[in-house]
Amino acid sequence: MSGDTLWVAVVVASVGCYLLKLAGMSVPATWVEQPWVARVVDFVPAALLAALVAVQGLTSDDRVVVDGRLAGLAVAALALALRAPFIVVIVLAGATGAGVHVLTG
Amino acid sequence: MSAADRTRTLRDAVGLGVAVGLYGIAFGAAADAAGLDAWQALTLSALMFTGASQFALVGVLGAGGSAPAAVGSALLLGTRNTVYGVRMAPLLAPRSALGRAAAAHWVIDETTAMAVAAPDRELGRLAFWATGATIYLGWNVMTLVGALGASGLGGTAEAALDSVVPAAFLALLWPRLTARGSAEPGVQRRVALGGAVVALALTPFVPAGVQVIVAVVAVALAGRPGTAERPA
Repeated sequence: MSGDTLWVAVVVASVGCYLLKLAGMSVPATWVEQPWVARVVDFVPAALLAALVAVQGLTSDDRVVVDGRLAGLAVAALALALRAPFIVVIVLAGATGAGVHVLTG
Repeated sequence: MSAADRTRTLRDAVGLGVAVGLYGIAFGAAADAAGLDAWQALTLSALMFTGASQFALVGVLGAGGSAPAAVGSALLLGTRNTVYGVRMAPLLAPRSALGRAAAAHWVIDETTAMAVAAPDRELGRLAFWATGATIYLGWNVMTLVGALGASGLGGTAEAALDSVVPAAFLALLWPRLTARGSAEPGVQRRVALGGAVVALALTPFVPAGVQVIVAVVAVALAGRPGTAERPA
């Protein structure tokens, strides 16, 4: 992807996200406070973040791939279950991925 | 509003800002891994300024996804802030269109949580502006540190970075699946599992990044009124 395309994506997404914030500050509350809107907004992050975990951790191009990233995810999950702070989770996952890379060459 | 209340609010805001700044390093590194330069990473932190959307954009681009798929993922996660804005508008009560435009930029997870948790409206406003200012500063500075620090790394360090990105998403997701962070952890877990399974199943068949958006739409449709009302 060219640098120009990246810049367009960066700027369009940034402006779009800002307008979503501004819309909330501007529209009548009754427009947004519908039960179905509340439910969708409540569940979109979980579905999207989980999809991103799966795609980032287990795929490469159009294939499902198991490598050091899965080991990193397992270690991260364990650290999160033990209520480790964010930075500890990240460092442990990174160290695990690097370790698998060194061991498997 | 007593001086002690003000001090406590400011201390909490600064503490949160420092902690969130550390996410900024991870974001800068993730942006670099996805092929963005430091200016693009910094532009996202300064202009978009909503962490999960920023991670989603670089995550999809890093997985080889198209620009529209990446932008779509960022916008889907950005809809959260619309609902926060509705909640924050009466509390902040901006006097002018300019004031509204300025306040809107800082309406994110952390500022909303801090403002809503404050004991009264005046402290809520203080919490919003103090948290927003601290996080904005820390997030942008740390994004630059992460982006510059990650460029020019060797193979082992890149493997480490490859493992950092999914772990960062998992860390963002985790509180939503626990009883401490969500009113309906059981439903959230089913939603998360559904999103992950659909995304993986579609990966061989659709362009990179599109599976993420389709997974969200599929899960949202499956959770339409009626099926979503079951107790967790």
